[in-house]
Amino acid sequence: MHIPDGYLSPQTAIPMIAVMVPVLGVAANKVKNDLKKKQIPILAAGAAFSFVIMMFNLPVPGGSSAHAVGAVLLAILLGPWAACLGVSVALIIQALVFGDGGILALGANCFNIAFVMSFVGYYAYKLIKGAADKLSGRGMAAAFIGGYVGLNIAALTTALMFGAQYHLFQAADGTPLYFMYSIKVAVTAMMTEHLILAGPVEGLVTVIALWFVGQNYPALLSNGPKWIASNDKGVGSHV
Amino acid sequence: MFKTYKNLWWGLLALIIISPLGLLATGTAFGEWGLDELVDEVGFIPAGLAKFADFWPHSLMPDYSVPGMEGSFGLEAAGYIISAVVGILLVVLVISIFYRMARD
Repeated sequence: MHIPDGYLSPQTAIPMIAVMVPVLGVAANKVKNDLKKKQIPILAAGAAFSFVIMMFNLPVPGGSSAHAVGAVLLAILLGPWAACLGVSVALIIQALVFGDGGILALGANCFNIAFVMSFVGYYAYKLIKGAADKLSGRGMAAAFIGGYVGLNIAALTTALMFGAQYHLFQAADGTPLYFMYSIKVAVTAMMTEHLILAGPVEGLVTVIALWFVGQNYPALLSNGPKWIASNDKGVGSHV
Repeated sequence: MFKTYKNLWWGLLALIIISPLGLLATGTAFGEWGLDELVDEVGFIPAGLAKFADFWPHSLMPDYSVPGMEGSFGLEAAGYIISAVVGILLVVLVISIFYRMARD
């Protein structure tokens, strides 16, 4: 899902950077103002988790590969704005140091993988969890579905960005200038592997990691008026 | 930074150690083909794509590898683990900026 440079026209990539700069500014402000000092290590560990889980490539039959992201886990723990910031940091390091995802494409990649996934996954999770405990059966089902839905909507917005290039940017002779397949092909290919393989893996990863956090630090998952909840305004419990 | 939630970091260390499992999937993700793969995968290299594909040639550890550590799965796995360590240290370094800014 990390779009490399060259697959998006500058007319797409540059406006996406222009969109993501203020979004990340808001996210940084939310983290600075709404998170307590002792929550920052959780953000660091969550962003690090996202970084390393993206390295676990899953083989897709037919010769492709896909991976989980871990954004929804972070959104469940600290809220979608913190997740957006943490995953964006991971994506920026991946692009600059490891050549995974383009630099011109960073705005698009942060939009899809950090922003869209964190927010969509988080609200899908909230909707399904309702008032149930985070570690209850319903809470865990909500985490699975949140991860599944978040990753798939991110794959969808990525596919739409890809496919739009084919329809909008062609050379005079009709050959595509950037991404080379139609929206239909892009959406079909991206969604098949994410709906069937990467999505369920994302759901499982979210549930297992959440369970791991709950086993070791139950206070981080409590719904009661604990330190994390009392400090949750705007970042965690509501927007 | 690492003292409060020790077990989270131990968990991350475990993931780092098994990260070379990610090397077993050798296929390139849809829409992430390199210039060297495009002819095989797609049949041609679009003109605009060719122009911007190498916009950033400064990746020090391309594809999570350490230059020189290639040729065998063992070397590539070691390079992958080193990449995971370096990447996580950088991520933690950036996020730790917020540690100083956040309230107690």
